[in-house]
Amino acid sequence: MKNEGLFNYLLRLADTNLILGHRLSEWCGHAPYLEEDIAMANIALDMIGQANALFQYAAKTEAKGRTEDDLAYMRNEREFVNTLLSEQPNGDFAMTIVRQFLSDVFDFHFYESLKSSKDEMLSALAVKGHKEVTYHLRHTTAWMERLGDGTEESHSRLQKALNELWCYTDDLFELNEGDKRLVKEGIAVDPASIQNAWIKTVDDVLAKAKLVKPAGVWQQKGSREGIHSEHLGFLLAEMQHLHRAYPQAQW
Amino acid sequence: MTTAFPILLSEEEIRKLLSTIPDPEIPVITISDLGVLRQIQWNGDELEVSITPTYSGCPAMKMIEQDILALLKEKGIEKAKVVLVYSPAWTTDWISAEAKEKLRVYGIAPPQHTSVDKGALIGKPKHLACPRCKSEHVEMISQFGSTACKALYKCLDCLEPFDYFKCI
Repeated sequence: MKNEGLFNYLLRLADTNLILGHRLSEWCGHAPYLEEDIAMANIALDMIGQANALFQYAAKTEAKGRTEDDLAYMRNEREFVNTLLSEQPNGDFAMTIVRQFLSDVFDFHFYESLKSSKDEMLSALAVKGHKEVTYHLRHTTAWMERLGDGTEESHSRLQKALNELWCYTDDLFELNEGDKRLVKEGIAVDPASIQNAWIKTVDDVLAKAKLVKPAGVWQQKGSREGIHSEHLGFLLAEMQHLHRAYPQAQW
Repeated sequence: MTTAFPILLSEEEIRKLLSTIPDPEIPVITISDLGVLRQIQWNGDELEVSITPTYSGCPAMKMIEQDILALLKEKGIEKAKVVLVYSPAWTTDWISAEAKEKLRVYGIAPPQHTSVDKGALIGKPKHLACPRCKSEHVEMISQFGSTACKALYKCLDCLEPFDYFKCI
């Protein structure tokens, strides 16, 4: 396939948005209070919306007659290339907030850089995505500071979540051979180019939140090649069940 | 007398027609007021209408598409398609002053900034006033509201909660 590199790159972005959006949607009806329930659902909606646009573009790029729904619901675990961080379970509210914060900081800098992609569609989606993630990041930053610098319990839960999730942060910056070619062509973002900005934003917020950045943590990677933690399979089983059981289902 | 082809409306006439379609979530303003309705173009005998989403995940887009196709069909235009465009990205700057007043009367505080103003996205709006009593003595309840485009506030004078149409 002529555009295989671009197709696979689009899947990386779409899958990450879809899987994290799905994780957030699991809070719907269960969040600590009504306004937060609405916030989670809103952020989930933005992410799934971004995934939808990216999947549509991926389907068009692949040009094999697959639709965005085929890509979201008919692929198996090893074909998904979302980040390891995005698929981690919700855990307690602290775990969800830390996962979302680390991811929002990445997306914030990533979209900023992707705006200048030579691919017009990617650039357009980045402009839109950046506006949305700026708003999400404001929300998660507020929670990081409030809970990190809050009670003894909220602080310790946040620190624990940070310690547990830190091993998935290097994985955010992985790229494969196809991505490297797209970086050279000015289409994809070189993740290494935003790593310092990511670290600085994270450090600033952790300092305000009185949290300690984990050091010397062994890093788990592999998602760029479709190697996942055990959690993704369960998520897909639930998310894809209806579409696979009733392929023409509409509502 | 019947003609073999429906009498085709001009792009301007169609814009006027589609400009009457209300937003499904906020029926006091139209999809044209909101800036969601973009290009209207005849490609041979097929009409192409482009719309842009306010937010990536806005669930109203599907309904807007159906409303457009239904209205066109009613006017005899069967061969039409609606396409989603993402560039230029939608901004609250496209909402007209008239539409903002309609929002306020409906009980939704209209967007206060231009999107160029950084404070729009990350800070408190400068002169946000209660849509009912116009007091600027207001406080945010939640950054996120009943739809993707709104945040939730309350007025500290009349004590009513209200939606704020956030700026992007």
